[in-house]
Amino acid sequence: MVDLRAELAGIRLRNPTMLASGILDETAGSLLRVHRAGAAAVVTKSIGPEPREGYANPTVVELEMGLLNAVGLPNPGIAEFEREVRQAVGGGATVIGSVYGKDAEEFAKVASAMAGYGVVAVELNLSCPHAKGLGTEIAQHGDAVAEITRAVKDVVSVPVFPKLSPNVSNIAAFATAAERAGADGVVAINTVKAMTIAPELKMPVLANRFGGLSGPAIRPIGVRAVYDIHEAVDIPVVGVGGIASGRDALEYIMAGASAVQLGTVLMSRGVGAFEAVLKEMAALLEEIGLASVREAIGVAHE
Amino acid sequence: MSRIQIVPLLDVVRESSLTTTYRFRADIGGDAGQFVMVWIPKWDELPMALSYLGPVKGITVRAYGDATKALQSFKPGDRIGVRGPYGNTFRLEGERVLAVAGGTGVTSLIASVEAFAQQGAKITTAIGARTAEELVFVDRAGASGETHIATDDGSRGLHGFVPVLAEKLLAKGRYDQVIVCGPERMIKLVVDAALKRNLKVQASLERYMKCGVGICDACAFDDKLVCLDGPIFPGEVLAASEDFGAFRRDKSGRRVPL
Repeated sequence: MVDLRAELAGIRLRNPTMLASGILDETAGSLLRVHRAGAAAVVTKSIGPEPREGYANPTVVELEMGLLNAVGLPNPGIAEFEREVRQAVGGGATVIGSVYGKDAEEFAKVASAMAGYGVVAVELNLSCPHAKGLGTEIAQHGDAVAEITRAVKDVVSVPVFPKLSPNVSNIAAFATAAERAGADGVVAINTVKAMTIAPELKMPVLANRFGGLSGPAIRPIGVRAVYDIHEAVDIPVVGVGGIASGRDALEYIMAGASAVQLGTVLMSRGVGAFEAVLKEMAALLEEIGLASVREAIGVAHE
Repeated sequence: MSRIQIVPLLDVVRESSLTTTYRFRADIGGDAGQFVMVWIPKWDELPMALSYLGPVKGITVRAYGDATKALQSFKPGDRIGVRGPYGNTFRLEGERVLAVAGGTGVTSLIASVEAFAQQGAKITTAIGARTAEELVFVDRAGASGETHIATDDGSRGLHGFVPVLAEKLLAKGRYDQVIVCGPERMIKLVVDAALKRNLKVQASLERYMKCGVGICDACAFDDKLVCLDGPIFPGEVLAASEDFGAFRRDKSGRRVPL
């Protein structure tokens, strides 16, 4: 039997798969459903200080190579979200709270409240590619990543994982800035800024015009990012972006990821994706003679 | 994956003062009870039941918000986007079926009424509307079986709410199952009435949606998703639900009273 257990900044995980932020994670019912389906941890929708409706539809466009979205960070706000987190934690899920804010102070305020609800870690959304005044727009430089990370680290005792954007020239430099500021790990990558146009209508399909691309198309971009980050830092990396199979997950792990997140694949494989990916991963590890996931982490660097 | 298709409207038919049917040809499947996401360019993308199946499909839309009002000005040749079909279908579980439709619910139910009749079921349809002018698909329901009407203002049929009509029909007729669509509180009354009589009942729910494909969590109730697990749910599931008939999620994901 292949040992699938994983560990991330002191958090013990029953396997290396987690639910990526933004997918089936705005309600306790859905978080628990994904937990029951096998995810070792579930990351919440990114939560901000106040309720936010997000953008008008179309917010989601299915493409042959992935999914394009500009949902616009809809969320019920941190106060209202307490009910969902407590219910999910109470139901047995290992919950990681994703938060966003317009500046370091707001991030710290939301993260502090989130930590109080019983999450095992906080993920910082520094990388939403389509929200004005938030996400990538305020984390254009390593300095901003460091400032926000430090502000959150000052107010929470659980591990802090900044989630990084691939829409920069050198993602590893951002990981280094996060590590220096005290981050306990980093998550890479968020979606890739993208657009699709309906020629018959001569206009972009998304109401926001551009958005973030996820799914199979971005997997090689994510694997490269994780590989570069693993070279640059000593803190653990969580790999995310286009993982649809156990083989895909192992690519990320061999590039240096200690755990992986699944998101868009839930659209095609449903919540059964977790069990399927784990089964495929175990079979492949066995085939290549590795006894555990841990032994596979970063092996592509040797 | 079901990519969005941009299609010209072939026909636009005003069904009542507020309700219009839009016909289009789209290379997608589609069974009775399923829905499509309809992009009204520059306005919105909304889930809509297929009111006509086959090669030339149709949606029947009540103008109630900015986007659906804007759609009223669309003419044949104007283009909309459609993706899908999504969701499940009503299952025929007996020989005698009572279909109960409130308001726009009839647009979600009518294809199933016709499909059940074609499968040999004896189908009775109860259609409710605020006023006679807003009734739609009475003729189509009548072509598939017995039809009863209720209007809130008494301008046609029973003067009253359609669950009252449904209750009367259930009291005097014999049915094997009930199917229902309409405003959620109306659905709840009909589901309760059916379950009280130990009848099988399935209801088609409507919720705010963004993705339509089971990932955004906007249409969640309890641990279910209307887009992926529904839109049609068996009565037992609804009876056991904390949210059904009581709470929905708003655009920000807040749980708010219906």
